[in-house]
Amino acid sequence: MSQAQPQTRPDGAPIIELAGVNKWYGQFHVLRNINLQVGRGEKIVVCGPSGSGKSTMIRCVNALEEHQRGRIVVNGAELTRDLKKIDQVRREVGMVFQQFNLFPHLSVLENLCLAPVWVRKRPRREAEETAMRYLERVQIAEQAHKFPNQLSGGQQQRVAIARALCMNPEVMLFDEPTSALDPEMIKEVLDVMVGLANEGMTMVCVTHEMGFARSVADRIVFMDKGEIVEIGTPQEFFNAPKSDRTRLFLSQILNH
Amino acid sequence: MTTLVDPSAPTAAPRDSIGVVEWLRTRLFSSPGNTILTLATLVLLWFVLPPMANWFVLDAVWWAAPPEVCRAAEGACWAMIHEKHRLIIFGRYPYAEHWRPFVAMLVLIGLIGTSANRRFWRRELAVAWAAGMVVMGVLMWGGVFGLTFVETALWGGLPLTLILTTVGIVVAFPLGIILALGRQSQMPIIRTLSVAYIELIRGVPLVSLLFMASFMFPLFMPSGVQISSLLRAQVAIILFAGAYLAEVVRGGLQAVPRGQVEAARSLGLGYWPTMWKIVLPQAIRMVIPGIVNSFISTFKDTSLVAIVSLTDLMLAARQAVGDPAWRAYGLEGYVFIGLIYLIFCYLMSRYSQRLEVQLYTGRQRL
Repeated sequence: MSQAQPQTRPDGAPIIELAGVNKWYGQFHVLRNINLQVGRGEKIVVCGPSGSGKSTMIRCVNALEEHQRGRIVVNGAELTRDLKKIDQVRREVGMVFQQFNLFPHLSVLENLCLAPVWVRKRPRREAEETAMRYLERVQIAEQAHKFPNQLSGGQQQRVAIARALCMNPEVMLFDEPTSALDPEMIKEVLDVMVGLANEGMTMVCVTHEMGFARSVADRIVFMDKGEIVEIGTPQEFFNAPKSDRTRLFLSQILNH
Repeated sequence: MTTLVDPSAPTAAPRDSIGVVEWLRTRLFSSPGNTILTLATLVLLWFVLPPMANWFVLDAVWWAAPPEVCRAAEGACWAMIHEKHRLIIFGRYPYAEHWRPFVAMLVLIGLIGTSANRRFWRRELAVAWAAGMVVMGVLMWGGVFGLTFVETALWGGLPLTLILTTVGIVVAFPLGIILALGRQSQMPIIRTLSVAYIELIRGVPLVSLLFMASFMFPLFMPSGVQISSLLRAQVAIILFAGAYLAEVVRGGLQAVPRGQVEAARSLGLGYWPTMWKIVLPQAIRMVIPGIVNSFISTFKDTSLVAIVSLTDLMLAARQAVGDPAWRAYGLEGYVFIGLIYLIFCYLMSRYSQRLEVQLYTGRQRL
């Protein structure tokens, strides 16, 4: 299948641009010729069967994984081996992980303040005020002085989102943020994400939550076997998928 | 007729206490094999305990007494300890000046005791240590404030053992951390150097390191440069302990989930803040038992400095029983220093247990 081109071009210069990105794990070709542009304020949902390279792709965007060929430009900075540039990009790109990855030896508040104080060199008091504001926004302010293992999964993931927001990022990446949660906790996390989307945050979400994709995404990227199979608006994607692989995937996840 | 039982009604837990007879029967005589073992143990104790009690306590000479009294007695000659304890504890340090290493030792123990309390883990503690080290140096060396100068060759006994151990641990610990990080480094040169260092030092007995530091090292130094044998032994101990600690710390580093580093890096934290704030606190917490094990080993390994003629606690004890009049009571001397070693090691061990409990409560349970 040839490379699908974005259906709706984002306005203005893209904040994330992947051009001809390829990556191998040893012999395994995990990303094949990925082309994707994400505009400022755009919400992208990336879906596809497991092992299709979706997580690897967004992990390349903040250089948690190295790509071997092609160009990745984030917020005007191209990701190369230059560590300074990588840190510069990471400061502006928030990431939320499937396993939350909160720091277990630090309280919730310390989790949130660490990067603003150490990376942005904010005064501690100011960082704590900001942190409390974000904790209130994810409705968890009363847990500020607890430790992560004292919280439920849903609460931990909301803390993780707040932690990323404290750096005031330009882009938020979500790597299957609800996949490790008990079913009753998925909604509280999705609600936070919807709120974030409504405020105009640029978001790239790898998720299987098709309801979220339908209501929030500007474009849906479908990946399979390391390549982007098609990109389209939710309407196009759900109602008129172009490829057989997309149809197969949709039939598998929607009919259960 | 049946009565309905409310399944949610609280029920009493079954009694689990049992009588003494029942306890003995189930614990000690539950099977023919166990009965035989119990009886055999009792017989063994019957033969061993009375002579031990006699030697250690009942027939022992507890009070200060000349050696003749000990010769007449059947048991241990604790009078020897009474006679020689200052020689054992302070070694060859000038007798009239023993108060100086004594106070230095108190300062050191005070500092360690203070540092053991996590409430005092603040910047001031480092200042206190620096000041304490200066005070100890002044006391031990002298040469100022009207104190007579005492060269390091005369330092000895417990203060020497404690100084070698404390300085050894305090310097080797950061060295170990750096080596452990180096061993995991992405940079091939640093990784190779770290691995080479660790494998080289770990592959050599401390005794040979001490010999090399004492006899080989001076050969490489330009003539006229003199480094005291104390410092050379100290460096050997640091190098040795550092290599072992590096491997303990590495075990902890490997146990920290990858996601922790990824989360820290994705927040824009650089290598050092990530290690210092996120990885090391978790890694070290996980390997406290191994670290304390290394500390205890280092403490006891200092007794090997005797081979380069530093009079540590062990050698001081040996020299003390060199006195012909008391020569027959060397065993008592070794029991005495054994007790001193035991007390310090036990304290370290207890402290590590307390620290683990404190650090884990309400926090990390991965």
